[in-house]
Amino acid sequence: MKKSVFFGAMTVAALAAGAAAAGTLDDVKARGKLNCGVTTGLVGFAAPDANGEWQGFDVGVCRAVAAAVLGDPSAVEFVPTTGKTRFTALASGEIDMLARNTTWTFSRDVDLKFEFVGVNYYDGQGFMVPKALGVSSAKELDGATVCIQTGTTTELNLADYFRTNNISYEPVPIETNAEAQPLYLEGACDVYTTDASGLAATRAAFENPGDHVVLPEIISKEPLGPLVRHGDSEWGDVVRWSLNALIAAEELGVTSANIGEMSMAAGDNPEINRLLGTEGTLGEMLGLSADWAKNAIMAGGNYGEIFEKNIGENTPIGLGRGLNAQWTDGGLLYVPPFR
Amino acid sequence: MSDTNTTPVAFVRDAMLPEQAAPITAAGPLAWIKKNLFDGWFNSILTIVAIYFIYLIVSGAFPWFYNGVWTTDSLAECREILQGKTGGCFSVLTERWPQLLFGFKYPSEEYWRPTIAFFALFVAVAPVLFNKLPRKLLIVTAIFPFAAFWLIWGGSILVPIMVAVGLIVGYVVFTRLVYQSSAMGMIGGLVATVAVWMLSGYITDPLSGFLALEPVPSRDMGGFMLNFILGVTCVSLSLPLGILLALGRQSDMLIIKWICVVFIEFIRGVPLITLLFVANVVLGYFLPPGTNFDLILRVIIMITMFSAAYIAEVVRGGLAALPKGQAEAAGSLGLDYAQSMRLIILPQALKISIPGIVNVAVGLFKDTVLVSVISMFDLVGMIRGPILASTEWNGVYWELWLAAVLFFFPICYGISQYSQWLERQLATGHR
Repeated sequence: MKKSVFFGAMTVAALAAGAAAAGTLDDVKARGKLNCGVTTGLVGFAAPDANGEWQGFDVGVCRAVAAAVLGDPSAVEFVPTTGKTRFTALASGEIDMLARNTTWTFSRDVDLKFEFVGVNYYDGQGFMVPKALGVSSAKELDGATVCIQTGTTTELNLADYFRTNNISYEPVPIETNAEAQPLYLEGACDVYTTDASGLAATRAAFENPGDHVVLPEIISKEPLGPLVRHGDSEWGDVVRWSLNALIAAEELGVTSANIGEMSMAAGDNPEINRLLGTEGTLGEMLGLSADWAKNAIMAGGNYGEIFEKNIGENTPIGLGRGLNAQWTDGGLLYVPPFR
Repeated sequence: MSDTNTTPVAFVRDAMLPEQAAPITAAGPLAWIKKNLFDGWFNSILTIVAIYFIYLIVSGAFPWFYNGVWTTDSLAECREILQGKTGGCFSVLTERWPQLLFGFKYPSEEYWRPTIAFFALFVAVAPVLFNKLPRKLLIVTAIFPFAAFWLIWGGSILVPIMVAVGLIVGYVVFTRLVYQSSAMGMIGGLVATVAVWMLSGYITDPLSGFLALEPVPSRDMGGFMLNFILGVTCVSLSLPLGILLALGRQSDMLIIKWICVVFIEFIRGVPLITLLFVANVVLGYFLPPGTNFDLILRVIIMITMFSAAYIAEVVRGGLAALPKGQAEAAGSLGLDYAQSMRLIILPQALKISIPGIVNVAVGLFKDTVLVSVISMFDLVGMIRGPILASTEWNGVYWELWLAAVLFFFPICYGISQYSQWLERQLATGHR
């Protein structure tokens, strides 16, 4: 009672924070909102627009899960996290899932007790240097000063790479990508290293992108994906298959344009029928409604549509599909069958 | 008297010469320039070098302001308009202006509420800052915290009213009991306040729609508004707390003294950013699941504790500067401890401490930007996070940070000017 007066009005939305460890799915349903951890801002992946609406590639995953569980892609409470606060936020139950371009690594999966449910972007760490430096390979970077984000896997990869090649470097630690850009442009560091997607986005924002080159070496595997807490497999399944539904939809040719028509009645393709709930009981098995996948896809389109809208070649970021193409197109996206 | 001087002498002047202007080399602008800028070869060289640097800065910065673009929707459009010319892309400020002020989640149709609270703040603090204003204005000061809370957070007006009622009841009980003993007065007051708060839940819960504004949760607060809320609240809370701590540290009562010493020394020995991380992350582990302890409240508590410890030390310096005779004189007049503190010691000690207190207050106000590291979107958090990470504005730096400077500078400078004015007002002692 005391609390209701003292803190009551201040905490209306914070009520939802601190969900119990088990039964996240029920918690989310009871709350009517999904608490989704995102970054405080990364170009193309997650950032609020001028109207305060979150937009981006990772945000698309959050919205798809919210649509699958609650039927409403806007029923998401986006909780911004930094590289340092993201794991505590998830472990303490403040958020239900984390979609914050987080690399799937052994220790994060096993030691930190998280469950990576899939990969929504295959990235790799690269280097960007000014053309004037005349460097054409990362192996020529001996003695270079390198701008690097702290608290990320890129920091560790960099140390590994330079040690393996027996060359030295001087790190310039930075906090965010936004901080790195002016430092790099002013020449505080010779090289900027981060995930190749981030390099592309950064370079695209420069006044003269042509003066800078991304070196050919990709020194690490960075499978970025959403993650949940250990020990709640039902919830993990929901997030995993919501993501898989987006990828499968692209593979099966289901788009936000034709999904209305396709989900009206069972069609010729049994897998599409199972995916969209016109056949079988996949939704029920997950503890969701039959049209869960349809809702997830309608939230922002299939995987390819979300990609094109936020980071694809027609956006200022201009990333090609590369590894993130369907397996049928030579990429790595390969989802287990919906059966 | 001799008459030798009665005849006029030809060479003695009998009329005053008209006043003449001082020679151009001794007064006027030229003389000023000569005296202040070109006094000797060394100063002349310095002047010329300085003028050259000023020229460099102005000629570099002027086109940047003059060619500035104010109306585009993205950095790319700015560059298109500028066509390689030097020029600022100030459109980011016009487009994201509400976000810089209020954060990105405060509902835009409710912006009028914090705006009113902001202007009401000046009315509310005026009687505290200027004692020539009518004392009746203090009523506004007393009402302001509750009204501002209601305006900014929304919800039923009953919640702040009941909090206020609780405080009033506590105060009344205190004044009734304080004649018996001051400890009883304090305990009684505290119990009464808490009791009213607990009981008021029965009123506010069913009537939650009564005169309710649309509630805005704490995590939707942001922008400069957040800095301002934190700054104003923490400064006004930490000043009384700091004075109490300073008095407690000088107390003869051993337990109180050691509590205050340990508190002050511990808090001063920990970086503020650590306290903020504790508020944000670690408390989440300690509190039972489902507990909701408002994040802004946690941060306010941490910052208040931090600055109270510093203010306590500043005030202790002021207390130590007073001759012992002041306290003894107060005692010989028959004043008790509370009276002698209130009437004799503190007015003098606080006067001495003004520069130090203002220093802490200005520092505290600027330190509120540290909350951006615990993913709260204050002014700096907004710039570093959402605005620089948006596809449209990725790459705009100078304009945004310049804006941040222009937000903070007038306020900090204003506080500093006020404190100097106050020192002059209170300069009644012998120097």
